[in-house]
Amino acid sequence: MSRYPARTLVIAVGVGLLAAACNASNSTSTGNFSGTTIRIVTFTGPQIAEPLQRRGPDFEKATGAKVQVITVPFSDLYQKILTDFSTKTNSYDAMVFDPQWMGDYVPSGYLEDLTNRVQNDTALQWNDIAPFFRDFSATFKGKVYTVPLDGDFQMVYYRTDLLQKDGLQPPATWDDYISIAKHFQGKDLNGDGKADFGSCWAMKRSAQSYWMFISVAAAFLQSQGTKQGSFFDTSNMQPLMNNAGTAAALDIYKQLSKLGPPDQLNNDVGDSRGLFVTGRCALSLDWGDIGPLAVDKSQSKVADQVGAVILPGSKKVLDRASGQLVDCNSTICPYAVNGVNHSPFAAFGGWSGAINKAAPAKTKDAAFAFLSYMSQPAQSSVDVTIGKTGFNPYRTSHFTNLGPWTASGMSEKAAKDYLGAIQASLQSPNMVLDLRIPQTAFYQQTALDTALAQFLAGELSANQTMAQITNQWNSKTDELGRQSQLDAYKSSLSVTK
Amino acid sequence: MSGEASARQVPVAASRRSPLVARLDRSAGAVFILPAVLVILAFSIFPLLASLYVSMTRLSFSEGGIHLTYVGFGNYAKLLVGIDRTHFLGVTVPLTPLTAVVLLVIYGGFAFLLVRYLRGPGRTVAGFVGRLVTAVIAGALVWLVVDTVMTSGRPGTIVVTLIYVGVDVSAQYLLALGLALLVVQRLPGRRFFRVVFLLPMMITPVGVAYLFRMLTDTSKGPLYPLWAHFGLTDVSWVTNPWGARLAVMIGDVWQWTPFIFIVLLASIESLPIELNEAAVVDGANRWQMFWAITFPQILPATSTVVLIRLIEAFKIVDLPNVLTNGGPGTATESLTLHAYTIWRALDIGGSAAVAYMLLIVVTFVGISYVNLFRRRVTAMA
Repeated sequence: MSRYPARTLVIAVGVGLLAAACNASNSTSTGNFSGTTIRIVTFTGPQIAEPLQRRGPDFEKATGAKVQVITVPFSDLYQKILTDFSTKTNSYDAMVFDPQWMGDYVPSGYLEDLTNRVQNDTALQWNDIAPFFRDFSATFKGKVYTVPLDGDFQMVYYRTDLLQKDGLQPPATWDDYISIAKHFQGKDLNGDGKADFGSCWAMKRSAQSYWMFISVAAAFLQSQGTKQGSFFDTSNMQPLMNNAGTAAALDIYKQLSKLGPPDQLNNDVGDSRGLFVTGRCALSLDWGDIGPLAVDKSQSKVADQVGAVILPGSKKVLDRASGQLVDCNSTICPYAVNGVNHSPFAAFGGWSGAINKAAPAKTKDAAFAFLSYMSQPAQSSVDVTIGKTGFNPYRTSHFTNLGPWTASGMSEKAAKDYLGAIQASLQSPNMVLDLRIPQTAFYQQTALDTALAQFLAGELSANQTMAQITNQWNSKTDELGRQSQLDAYKSSLSVTK
Repeated sequence: MSGEASARQVPVAASRRSPLVARLDRSAGAVFILPAVLVILAFSIFPLLASLYVSMTRLSFSEGGIHLTYVGFGNYAKLLVGIDRTHFLGVTVPLTPLTAVVLLVIYGGFAFLLVRYLRGPGRTVAGFVGRLVTAVIAGALVWLVVDTVMTSGRPGTIVVTLIYVGVDVSAQYLLALGLALLVVQRLPGRRFFRVVFLLPMMITPVGVAYLFRMLTDTSKGPLYPLWAHFGLTDVSWVTNPWGARLAVMIGDVWQWTPFIFIVLLASIESLPIELNEAAVVDGANRWQMFWAITFPQILPATSTVVLIRLIEAFKIVDLPNVLTNGGPGTATESLTLHAYTIWRALDIGGSAAVAYMLLIVVTFVGISYVNLFRRRVTAMA
């Protein structure tokens, strides 16, 4: 027996409490879920599905709940979930999906209100999640419906070695971007003797092309801060798709379609990422994925040769009263940097987890515990550094704690550069929120995407493209009710940052 | 008991049956056929009627679920005269001298056939009306194809589908016939090639689409050395509208030629050899033997297999969806892909309307083909 029983007891109790606290903060805030199976649906990976599948067994060991990940193609995910819920099949207990779709899912009463759960779950560290993702990606009309698992902003990536060698600065405006792309188009950029490309984008139809276009257009369409919106006039719900700003964006978009690989119109982000990390492109536009992919030496030939910057901007922006472009000044572009209006685009909003309201109570508890577990810093700080997860940083700790980034193979300079570009976007008062109103899928995936594909293919002129988008958006708005759509749009823009 | 005695007892037994049993006996046929009728009603007629109703509705989401609002022919109006007109029908332009001449020739052909029918011995009023309706609808489709393809206009999804059907089935038939005639020759390795020619049909259409996606990629992929050798690495098949359509059609021809091949091969191999032997004795050359003996005999099989392929070809979706996603623009989008694209955004009313338009076109083509061609061929055989 110890000579100091009281001290020993205090130490033992202290260690015990510490261990319990560590355990609680590292795993689940949960309890025992033995015999529970969580059926969670997401898109066919490997991105997004991979971390869920990889961490499922660990979660099962900790809680007893089995995680069954069901995957469907991204293009089918929206309607699969909706069909499942609306027919009351309820074959999914939870989903990791596009938070834009909350505009359809929440009003229909399909999603569980998570407001109290996230506030009461200390292990989740809710306040560590960046305000934008808490308030926009996770929240709909003041209530929390999702747990963010991913942070999505589009950025421009460039080859630091090439720009440095030729004495070029990273692009600040879209004109700069085109100029740099033209400079490198057709040159050998990776030493294999083949002509390479100035810029590589995803321009394929039914893929991600419309997000790329909005990243360009937003620089012209939104200059007065987030609440101004980039898609509709907030006074009458008229589309902002038929004006000099959109025309300028279409012109840039068309030029860029010719400053890339010959089959760029048939490339999605998988193709453009592959081309960039194999050293075939000087520039690219993408979410945060290229950062981690570029340091993955199993596939990358440009490790530590990649820089990232906030989306390029414009020195001219749309004057909504006249429909014409005007020069930036402190009134028109209050957030401009060196006279350039930047409108970083939170495209997609970041993959987020939600729970089916109709699932059994115990399953809902287990599903929330799993989503919390995935988001907790212990797991997510590692997952966001792995390219194949598709998860990008979204917590404050992801930006401040460089340990996991350097451990993943990224140099400290590259990590700071990469995270700095995301932070610059996150902190911008002029960030562009993605569309989140009823039937967003029609407005973007059907009407906008098709018109852009037709424009790139030469089926439509710029004026015809703008007219077609405007007509289709107006037609859908009138079908669904202009006032209710306007209310939904304005509601989506009222973000408390 | 002898057969004679038994026969005598049957009317007696029948006369003793109650009216109920007699009635059941009369209904036996209907009862036996009822399960099949119910299955057809449940799995064919009901979905057909339900989707007709859906095509006249608009889906919206509200508290507690979905809501279907009846909109009449609104979804059809969108396709034919509304905001989806150019997508569905295409962009038409005023006739040029060339298209006017082409249309005149084709319409003249239709008129000639109608007049010939009227002067023929077997004419009936119903037959004439049927042919007149066929000529009018076919004339409208021909005008749509000519005016969107041979001008500065742009074909819509209905025209793209008709192009796929016409080109694919014709090419598949000609290739399959050539291969079948080749394989029936006593050539070395013919058994091996019979199997090889069938392989494409065994591959899933999505697999074929990915295969052709790789093959048509000129900047990488298995054919890169070939493209590089000819200096074509800066040229893309799938970013040019006709290049992309051609890529889709080559893939479809590659996949489905074996189906026609196997049917024609079986038909040719079952033909009696005596007629050919007699023709050889009479000094006929190979072409005469084929045209006067073989071809007429395989016409029944030809007409059947072409009908099957016609109907199937209208439903093409896998290849354009995977190979080009319907692009560039809407250049390779078939009617089924058009319906699928709309359905993905949960505009199920609009999607059902496109599907019904496809059904109408397929039914028209199928019935016209059977009435005007297949019956005649079968009768000749």
